[in-house]
Amino acid sequence: MKPITARWSLLALLAYLTCSAVVPCLSRADDAVAVPAAPAVASTPAPKIDTGDTAWVLTSASLVLLMTPGLAFFYGGLVRRKNVLSVLQQCMMALALITVQWMLVGYSLSFGPDQGGLIGSLAWFALKGVGLDPNPDYAATIPHQAFMIFQAMFAIITPALIIGAFAERMKFSAYCIFILLWSTLVYDPVAHWVWGVGGFLHKMGALDFAGGTVVHINAGVAALAAALILKKRQGFPTKISPPHNLPFAVLGAGLLWFGWFGFNAGSALGANGLATAALVASHIAAAAAGLTWVLLDLAINKHMTMLGMITGAVAGLVAITPAAGFVNPVGALLIGITVSLICYFAVAFLKPRFGYDDSLDAFGVHGIGGMWGALATGLWATKTVNSAGADGLFFGNPAQFIIQIKAVLASAIYSFVVSWILFKVLDMTIGLRVSEQDERIGLDLTQHSEAGYTMID
Amino acid sequence: MKYIVAIIQPDRVDEVLQRLENKDIHLVTVTSVMGRGRQKGISEVYRSHKEAGSLLRKVKLEIAVNDEFLKPTIEAIMGGAKTGNIGDGKIFVLDLQDVIRIRTAEQGSVAVG
Repeated sequence: MKPITARWSLLALLAYLTCSAVVPCLSRADDAVAVPAAPAVASTPAPKIDTGDTAWVLTSASLVLLMTPGLAFFYGGLVRRKNVLSVLQQCMMALALITVQWMLVGYSLSFGPDQGGLIGSLAWFALKGVGLDPNPDYAATIPHQAFMIFQAMFAIITPALIIGAFAERMKFSAYCIFILLWSTLVYDPVAHWVWGVGGFLHKMGALDFAGGTVVHINAGVAALAAALILKKRQGFPTKISPPHNLPFAVLGAGLLWFGWFGFNAGSALGANGLATAALVASHIAAAAAGLTWVLLDLAINKHMTMLGMITGAVAGLVAITPAAGFVNPVGALLIGITVSLICYFAVAFLKPRFGYDDSLDAFGVHGIGGMWGALATGLWATKTVNSAGADGLFFGNPAQFIIQIKAVLASAIYSFVVSWILFKVLDMTIGLRVSEQDERIGLDLTQHSEAGYTMID
Repeated sequence: MKYIVAIIQPDRVDEVLQRLENKDIHLVTVTSVMGRGRQKGISEVYRSHKEAGSLLRKVKLEIAVNDEFLKPTIEAIMGGAKTGNIGDGKIFVLDLQDVIRIRTAEQGSVAVG
């Protein structure tokens, strides 16, 4: 596509966001009057805000926010130096664009009043009625907006995870349109299925503590569709230079690990024992998975690699995400060990066998690791950790494992099919890939008119 | 006048510079370079994907000298850079046509030191 068409499509996108923002603003004055005038039902006491819970959820939102720049450095260090800014910019663009999408429609589609178990309505368009009083359906002790902004951070990082599959070759304009459509058509519905009141997977009893299905399977499977449709980078697999800055990747992994405590322990939505259990489980799984990965490295390649350590740790965090608030420390340890065994196999043997260029292993780590995490939740979940959860297969409830399989299949198939269609349509209309020449020069210069590093001074 | 180009191991740079200093040879340009010789490269592994590393890090020294300093310069480099292993590097000696000091416009051997 000609650059001018790309510019127009982006302008159209901005116009869409602006217009949809103006409409509800006009009716804002009514809301302000309506909220205090609404009489509380006499029999139910007004939900009371807990300061500790609120502090923890706001802190967690901030921790999860940091994961997106962390991911940017994780991915940015793994690409070639000519593409480092393109990856950082894709991550930061997700932060900006999806925040606005979330505020306007995303939150309402995900958590708004249920429509047939499939999606939320637009009743909370532009956060209409999402105020500072708690919403007991989701979190009875914190302001509704605290829950909303905590969830916003999940919606932001999920499309950013997909970047790993199409890094170093996707047009920035196509990227922007893709994540906007993907968030609206894939993330928001699946978030509703799993977490929304009335969502069909929620009603079925599927366990997903902090987003293994919604975030990792969803993004990981979309990543596979991306790698298959965008095809390989020029020179893959033999002529691609190694990671240009592994210390950046380690920095990014450190920020991800740190931020993940907000992701998983914050999902308890309170400063309580459950948050503690989730934080402890997350940390143990990350450590066990990093350790397992480098031991496999040692056995197979004779050295414990730095990249292996951080890849394993991230895989462990991915797998523990759905399980964090449902498993005990031993369960977390086993999930950490097993996920590295599985993901190592996927990355080191499956990918070369099939030859797809999932450049930074978004599918190999988030897709495969996410699916294993969701299944493993059905194995090691126990009500002794969380009475609101369920027992898994190893605690005498094989039915839970079947439910988890169904949840994995539903989200994986839906995400793959819709992502595939989105990528195909964008490829046929505006085109997904930069030109061969631009790919050789690098995305930093050709997509952003900037260079990550100067040569002199 | 001669122009000496030496490719040496990165960990020998300090020793070579010290020995040059001892022989009153102060002017040198140092560059970090990649290269390949009989030592070959060390292969790298990223997520089990093997990179046949064919280049190794070396340091390149460039020194312009008047003819009487040629021998001491080579001795200093040899003395500092030699470990006896494959990969110690090489010294190339080239004839130098002219030298001009930019600040003063001095030309020829007076501009070398």
